[in-house]
Amino acid sequence: MTGFLVRRLGGAVLVLFALTAILYGIFYVAPGDVAQIACGPRCSPAQVAQVTEQLRLNDPLYVQYGHFLQGIVAGRDFSTGTGVEHCSAPCLGVSYQSDQQVTQLILAKLPVTGSLVIGAFAGWLLLGVGTGVLSAWRRGRLTERVLTWLTLAGAATPVFVIGLLLIIVFCSTLQWLPAPSYVPFAEDPEQWAWGLLLPWVSLALIESAKYARLTRSAMLETLAEDHVRTFRAYGVGERAIIGRHALRGAVAPVIALSALDFGTMFGGAVLTESLFGIPGIGRELVHAVKVVDLPVVVGMVLVTGFFVVLANALADVLYALADRRVVLS
Amino acid sequence: MTTHDLLKTTREPLVRVAGLTVDFGSVRAVDGLSFTLEAGGALAVVGESGSGKSASAYALLGLHRGTGARVGGTVEVAGTDVNAADDAGLRALRGAKAAMVFQDPLSSLDPYYPVGDQIAEVHRVHHRVSRKAARARAVEVLDRVGIPDAARRSRLRPHEFSGGMRQRALIAMALACEPQLIVADEPTTALDVTVQAQILDLLHTLRQETGMGLLLVTHDVGVAAESVDDVLVMRDGREVERGPVARVLGSPREAYTKELLAAVPRVETRRVVPVPSPRAEEASVPLLEAVGLRREFGRGNGKVAAVGGVSLTVHAGRTLGIVGESGSGKTTLGRMLVRLLDPTAGRLRYGGTEIGSLSEKELRPFRRELQMVFQDPVASLNPRRSVGESVADPLRAAGEGDEGRIRDRVGALLERVGLDPAHFERYPHEFSGGQRQRIGIARALAAEPKVIVCDEPVSALDVTTQAQVVALLAELQRELGIGLVFIAHDLAVVRQVSDRVAVMRGGLIVEQGSADEVYGDPRDPYTKQLLAAVPALDPGLAAARRAARKELAAA
Repeated sequence: MTGFLVRRLGGAVLVLFALTAILYGIFYVAPGDVAQIACGPRCSPAQVAQVTEQLRLNDPLYVQYGHFLQGIVAGRDFSTGTGVEHCSAPCLGVSYQSDQQVTQLILAKLPVTGSLVIGAFAGWLLLGVGTGVLSAWRRGRLTERVLTWLTLAGAATPVFVIGLLLIIVFCSTLQWLPAPSYVPFAEDPEQWAWGLLLPWVSLALIESAKYARLTRSAMLETLAEDHVRTFRAYGVGERAIIGRHALRGAVAPVIALSALDFGTMFGGAVLTESLFGIPGIGRELVHAVKVVDLPVVVGMVLVTGFFVVLANALADVLYALADRRVVLS
Repeated sequence: MTTHDLLKTTREPLVRVAGLTVDFGSVRAVDGLSFTLEAGGALAVVGESGSGKSASAYALLGLHRGTGARVGGTVEVAGTDVNAADDAGLRALRGAKAAMVFQDPLSSLDPYYPVGDQIAEVHRVHHRVSRKAARARAVEVLDRVGIPDAARRSRLRPHEFSGGMRQRALIAMALACEPQLIVADEPTTALDVTVQAQILDLLHTLRQETGMGLLLVTHDVGVAAESVDDVLVMRDGREVERGPVARVLGSPREAYTKELLAAVPRVETRRVVPVPSPRAEEASVPLLEAVGLRREFGRGNGKVAAVGGVSLTVHAGRTLGIVGESGSGKTTLGRMLVRLLDPTAGRLRYGGTEIGSLSEKELRPFRRELQMVFQDPVASLNPRRSVGESVADPLRAAGEGDEGRIRDRVGALLERVGLDPAHFERYPHEFSGGQRQRIGIARALAAEPKVIVCDEPVSALDVTTQAQVVALLAELQRELGIGLVFIAHDLAVVRQVSDRVAVMRGGLIVEQGSADEVYGDPRDPYTKQLLAAVPALDPGLAAARRAARKELAAA
């Protein structure tokens, strides 16, 4: 098990390095003068030249990339024009725009997106797997048809439509809930939960559709298997067959999909974050791409990639725990 | 229970089936079947695939309910009217009064839970006992069916059991609630012959000790002869013949029963097809010769030698039979002989050339001369391509580009194996199992091979079809002078087709010789054990073999 995790994380580090190298390459050939953008539209050519010097944009690509890697491992110093600022490891560089250290920026945004993703994740797992189990149990009946219809509608609706509907109904018309906002958990746990309730629900509604379909088909597959027939032939009731035997078989694909979704959601919940005004990683990333803020983009992609890889390694371990026939190697 | 009920249960037969019909859509699988089974009696329902024997067995436990099949007629099991009972009544019957032992012991147990927990779960459905007591009962029945160290093994999951132990575990599950009837659907079909004998002996002992009734469904007449008092032969959903096992198997009345019995390969029977004596030079120079052939799988500590140094020869026009149980390395050996697998060590000579170490490119000219016929005729044909295309593959691979010539040749090949050449455009699912195996043989013949390795070519087929395919292989060999390697687990089939026989165990050949020598006068104890395990068609002989097995086990 330990050997597996070590190998797996080693592989993950390689993947992440490759990711940063590709990103550097793309931004290097991207149009737009980075120094001009960083300095602002009213900068004189002399000022732009100074910024270029400061950001060391004249160095060849591999030298810049080398500096970046050095920062992650050992930290590095930046000139701010007036003095030298030290950025300690793991240093992901300094934003071209705000002169903020990227590591600090991400650490500030991470709990925000984390709060959103974890709550929504729990929601869509419960809702999705529950719906899937119910429609497999009631297959061929009205319940299943209604649930199928609902999940298809859920999968087909964009998050901003559901989100807007929820805001209009619960915040404006009924006035049951405060307008969605982000209050740090440490500050006020109750406000934190109320403020995130609608984002959680809308993300969960949409994502759960996938899980409902997946759980349903995996359950139906297991229900057709020989060992289920065995327990039927021994008088075991349908409830025990569904809950104990069929659901167990549906766990593996759900774990696999969860791992992917959980990881990507860290960088990919842009629409939800924008709609509900949650200052998370996704929103920051979109902004950074727009203004060609290379260090911020690379840093955030790196963090998202890290979560994807981590979640998948975790999924493999869960797999092996859920199904003892799986050997980790 | 009132006196009236008591009288009724003692007088009523354990199973009463009258006018049973089972329909799957428009197909009538069981068509008016009637029989009774007295308490403690044993009845075998024998038939080929599609005869409706399993569908009948399922009807005894009401297992067709909820599947879309329509069931008619009356089925009474241990006082329960199965077709009329509600779901709760049916659940009370299943497992407690009548228990089912299924065919495939691996897929019939839940892979996620320990075996003991699964048996305990079934026990708790029918008895209000604590979890602990149910677990104790599970260990008790596992011990009862001869699983050594049952308390520890009850905590293992099915994949950690061997095939025979899994089948024992399924029988233990059946015993858990002390049913009056056990319905066993092909309980030994997936097992090796020695393990099959153990399971049949176990069922026999359990019946003697507990007095429960047994309804055994099997395609194997030999298995029936070993285990039951009465036999019911089925065909196309109807009863063909029913009576005491010695009478039905000894002096069958119906033509179909006679045909069925005649097709069953017998280990006592010598090779039937006369082979013309090969010319002297052919007999002396082997076509294919393996010396110390070895194949390892895995790396480091996980390294296993599937074949651990095997030497043999294959001669033109002759058949070498390779017999062994699962895991003996016979398939690995077969694949090495045609270089589908690379040998780890050893030499393989074909017609004077060392081909064991040739690269894929150097091997190409020899590929067409070394062909293989596979076990599963369904899985070894591409379901999305017409059978003509599949048979044409070796021709195209050999560089034939002319469509007209390919069609003619494929048509001739199909005709040669007894199929209609007009079936070129048909797809594999449109053929029966035996026909599909004929297609596989036609494909192997297309390349005009010198050697064909057949890996369990008839084990998926019914006995009557088996006999036809075996006859076809012998005929082709006689005409074309092909050297055949016939790999099978069925000792009787191997004897029927082979000139020489090699017995494999644990990756090694333990005994090799002419078929008559090996079968008539086995030297190796393992060969003796194998031969003693073969089910006999004559119930008297079966009892004698059972005694012989006890002796061998005690020795």
